[in-house]
Amino acid sequence: MSSTEFMNSQLTPELAKVRDQIRKYAEEYGLDFFETIFEMVDHEQINSFAALGGFPVRYPHWRFGMEYDQLSKGYTWGLQKIYEMVINTNPSYAYLMKSNNMVDQKTVIAHVYGHVDFFKNNYWFSKTNRKMLDTMANHAVKIRDHMDQYGQDRVETFIDHCLALENLIDPHLPFLNPKRRDAEEAPEKSTEPGRIKSDRQYMDHYINPPEFLAAQRKKLEQQVQKDKKNPPEPKKDVLQFLLENAPLEHWEHDVLTIVRDEAYYFAPQGQTKIMNEGWASYWHSKMMTQKALKDSEVIDFADHHAGTMAMQPGRINPYKVGIELFRDIEDRWNRGKFGKDYEQCDDMVAKAKWDLKLGLGRQKIFEVRRVCNDVTFIDEYLTEEFVDRFKLYTYNFNRRTNQYEIAERDFKKVKEKLLFQLTNMGQPFVYVTDGNFQNKGELLLWHRHQGLDLDGRWSRETMRSLCEIWKRPVNVETEVDGQKKLYNYQNGEFTEKFV
Amino acid sequence: MIDNIKRDHSRFRSIVKGRIKQDLKKYVTHGEMIGRKGKDLVSIPLPQIEIPRFRFGDREQGGVGQGEGKAGDPVGQGDPQPGEGQVGDQPGNHSLEVDLTLQELAEILGEQLELPKIEPRGHNTLKSKTDKYTGIASQGPSSLRHFKRTFRETLRRQIASGIYNPDNPVIIPIRKDMRYRSWKSDVRHENNAVIIYMMDVSGSMGDEQKEIVRTEAFWIDTWLRSQYQGIETRYIIHDATAREVDEDTFFKTRESGGTLISSAYKLCEKMIETDYPPTDWNIYPFHFSDGDNWSGEDTRVCLEILEKNLLKTCNVFCYGQVESRYGSGQFYKDLREHFGNQHDSVILSKIENKEGILQSIKDFLGKGK
Repeated sequence: MSSTEFMNSQLTPELAKVRDQIRKYAEEYGLDFFETIFEMVDHEQINSFAALGGFPVRYPHWRFGMEYDQLSKGYTWGLQKIYEMVINTNPSYAYLMKSNNMVDQKTVIAHVYGHVDFFKNNYWFSKTNRKMLDTMANHAVKIRDHMDQYGQDRVETFIDHCLALENLIDPHLPFLNPKRRDAEEAPEKSTEPGRIKSDRQYMDHYINPPEFLAAQRKKLEQQVQKDKKNPPEPKKDVLQFLLENAPLEHWEHDVLTIVRDEAYYFAPQGQTKIMNEGWASYWHSKMMTQKALKDSEVIDFADHHAGTMAMQPGRINPYKVGIELFRDIEDRWNRGKFGKDYEQCDDMVAKAKWDLKLGLGRQKIFEVRRVCNDVTFIDEYLTEEFVDRFKLYTYNFNRRTNQYEIAERDFKKVKEKLLFQLTNMGQPFVYVTDGNFQNKGELLLWHRHQGLDLDGRWSRETMRSLCEIWKRPVNVETEVDGQKKLYNYQNGEFTEKFV
Repeated sequence: MIDNIKRDHSRFRSIVKGRIKQDLKKYVTHGEMIGRKGKDLVSIPLPQIEIPRFRFGDREQGGVGQGEGKAGDPVGQGDPQPGEGQVGDQPGNHSLEVDLTLQELAEILGEQLELPKIEPRGHNTLKSKTDKYTGIASQGPSSLRHFKRTFRETLRRQIASGIYNPDNPVIIPIRKDMRYRSWKSDVRHENNAVIIYMMDVSGSMGDEQKEIVRTEAFWIDTWLRSQYQGIETRYIIHDATAREVDEDTFFKTRESGGTLISSAYKLCEKMIETDYPPTDWNIYPFHFSDGDNWSGEDTRVCLEILEKNLLKTCNVFCYGQVESRYGSGQFYKDLREHFGNQHDSVILSKIENKEGILQSIKDFLGKGK
């Protein structure tokens, strides 16, 4: 996409100056970002881009229309407004709302540089496709072609089925050591049992008794059979397994590949929501308050910033938690509030006043933004003091009163719950364990139960989609109320039984 | 690219309305956004289609929140349990639904029920004239002076005659340059229609029966409004005597006493005579009753009024009989006996319960009269 496709999308000379200024500040602070292209858009354009996940061209699908419906209604009624949007590509594209005032534009530009620095440097983004703008456009062309040939309803319905399985990927897969992946394909083992060597043939009958050899052979054959199991080990990237093993038509294969590629592209954004927003907010606030703000703009900035950071009861605001954790880390490493001495200190007053004047804070947060994702970020840096200070709690649903109620404020419980919500992006762990279940060509998935049951109704519907792709009966092994259960879906019918 | 999203958007709307991809319909949830319109809260419907996923049950999961409160304090209301309707003790916190206009609603109704477009009576069109200030004239009062156009005329004249000096751009209009706003008359042809609702409020019509009448009347109203501009509605209630009431009373009154249907028909007849000359109006009388008339004698009077007068003046006469425990349903039988099943301008419909409303609307409006 070239910027000439937009009418009037270039920055005004005034804004271009502001951008250059802020870009200079960002570089001075040590941020390191891709070239970032800012486009001016009106609310309709920004709503449509946002509905399309930030990309101007996506394949036709109703869900983008649904997003648009919500965004444009929210805008029309003055309930919500998108201030900024930036996409992870090289060069990066960011959109500025034409109607925003100058303070907002400044804030947004600063915020965007924070995001782009994060995209470029965070490890979890390192394997993403930075040419996604072109790739998305290619996906759109492909799917449109298929729709022309096979009919829009048919192709779109298949997309719906694929989307139902969109979360069955393995975000860690791109990081696996390729060598280890090769090692999984070991040479085929022989089924001939080892014999004890002997020169005396007449003794062989006793030294290597035939019954024993037969038993050994059988055992080995079983072992080989087991090794041949497809997949050999439970596999989390169910979509890849389907691509390799499901009887897909050419166009279906294309569609599933596209859905999987896009899911992998968006995965790191889900894995780093708190960090990414926290990082960008940290930097816009730093740049604005220390350098870019004019006196007359302070009130507007503070008002807007506070709005973004506001916490609603019963919900975690990733912007707020993120920015405060980064500030907390910076402060702790500046004052040396870490390590054995600090942690073993029992004197609360001394702990509060602790200051070794190390000044390592800035360096530390850059390190954190490079290596962490939300799970490790919370696991490593959430402290008891932080949970107290920001009044975090866990809540549960109380069936008796039909409402969600505050459960606990205990640090360990809060952290545990938060981590659980973030791990695997809050989704159940589902693996494919057998592509030839019961030797009948059925598919077997396995839900690794970690304390929470699957939602039955949604599982049933998801299996319907899975069945459309696998085209043979599908099964899911799970646990319900502590008992192992096997769900089965075939010929439009769902059954479940205890195992 | 805006076009693309518009296409996706209209596809989404079609799915929500159930026109295409019926299998997605069960995933549609009807959320809302609460907005403000002046002082009032309005509810903006926000339909969503949720793609199924393997996921945890909402209730089981819980989560982490932030803020004040001690253990056991509520953080947010769960979904209401079915069958646990609570009687509100809060003062009216009504929010109005926006989004679907009644016109759209009527369209959906028309599509769902496959209602034909109603053909208005050809010779009964009324003309209404409105003046709109869309024109420009060179004469007029100063108060209607069109500054921009005047300026443009002057500029044009000055440039053409070489007076205009870009370095000293002084624009001086003369009388000839003046332009004024002026009106154009807009003649519109309108078909006027009146609906006259009549309802039996005698002792045997219970709340359930009235509810059915109310629902049905609403939909009939909506449909006819989509077909005619300037629709009027009149309401008559009757037991042994008939009187005209306003909408509110019509739906809420519960009277007791005997039933003389002819009283209502007489009033209706008089109403048409004084207010709605049939040459100018499309007239739709609807009568709802549980079919219990006082006497055969009165039924004969009713039939006579229908034959001699109402059927000649009205587009169609509709009688809806609401099933009730106390009613005999005799009136329906009498009407059918007299007019037969396929009379041109009498439509009879039996409404057994709420589920019957849809079919009944179709009975009434399906003929496209």
